[in-house]
Amino acid sequence: MSLNNVYNLYRTMEEENVILSFKGIVTADLLSSLLNIMEVKMESMHEEPRVRKKVFNVLVECLQNLYHHVDEGPTPITKEHLERKSAMVLIGKERGHFIIRTGNYIDNDKVEGLKERLNKINSMDKEDLKTYYQSSLNSSVVSSKGTAGLGMIDIARKSGNKLDYEFLKINDETSFFCLNVKID
Amino acid sequence: MENLHLEASAKTPEVLFDSNSGKLMLKGRSIPENSIEFYKPLNDWIDAYTSSPKEVTTIDVKLEYFNTSSSKCILDLFKKLERLNTSGSEVSVNWYFEEDDEDMEEAGEDYQAIIRLPFNMIEVEEI
Repeated sequence: MSLNNVYNLYRTMEEENVILSFKGIVTADLLSSLLNIMEVKMESMHEEPRVRKKVFNVLVECLQNLYHHVDEGPTPITKEHLERKSAMVLIGKERGHFIIRTGNYIDNDKVEGLKERLNKINSMDKEDLKTYYQSSLNSSVVSSKGTAGLGMIDIARKSGNKLDYEFLKINDETSFFCLNVKID
Repeated sequence: MENLHLEASAKTPEVLFDSNSGKLMLKGRSIPENSIEFYKPLNDWIDAYTSSPKEVTTIDVKLEYFNTSSSKCILDLFKKLERLNTSGSEVSVNWYFEEDDEDMEEAGEDYQAIIRLPFNMIEVEEI
């Protein structure tokens, strides 16, 4: 990267009000560190406890989605596969609202299923989401990885906003999944 | 039988299950990436306790945060207590939440909607 681009990247992050950013493989230790940093930052920003809790809750689910994402795609983790398993997270604050943005690769054959789930969640109001969460909680089975399939419903519920997403097709096998979560 | 006591960690709550008093408690955060491993000894303890429970069993849930992976394991734990309630012990749940924490209050309501156990919703200033 040229020095000029370093500055451009800095300017972009400044303009997007980025508080914390990360790109790479999300491990359990890294996840803990990011949560720690955000807790300290929100404390120093004198955010209300209500907001701090919501941001923390939504961030936990977003980061754990990225953490479990590492198990997807080709194994073992070779140098060529590193990018496929990497992810990005940007946490910012715009006009008084925290926004968590995540990006990660996804197999093309999983795109339609995820899109359907996100659209279903986005079609629901607060009460519908509550009922949907309860029935999903009662019927879900935890996978051996510890995922229960409830993360996106929980993110939508706690954020109080629609899940803003986009799938960018990269090639015949993969797409890039971008998710923006604004927290009320 | 032995009591179960686990210290809190950055991602797991303090656990205190006391077979002599019939008092069970979860306190702190429950946000492990894979909660199955963490909750297994808790479920095993309740299975063992069910064979000779106290007349009255209460569980205090004082959670600050929990993730969706834990939410399912907590439901399974409540389901075991629900069975215990129909077979030998009078079980109730004390669900604590902080006064500005509507999400934790709603989480308690979610379990109340699914589980047939008496829930006492207890609002406190700080958990």
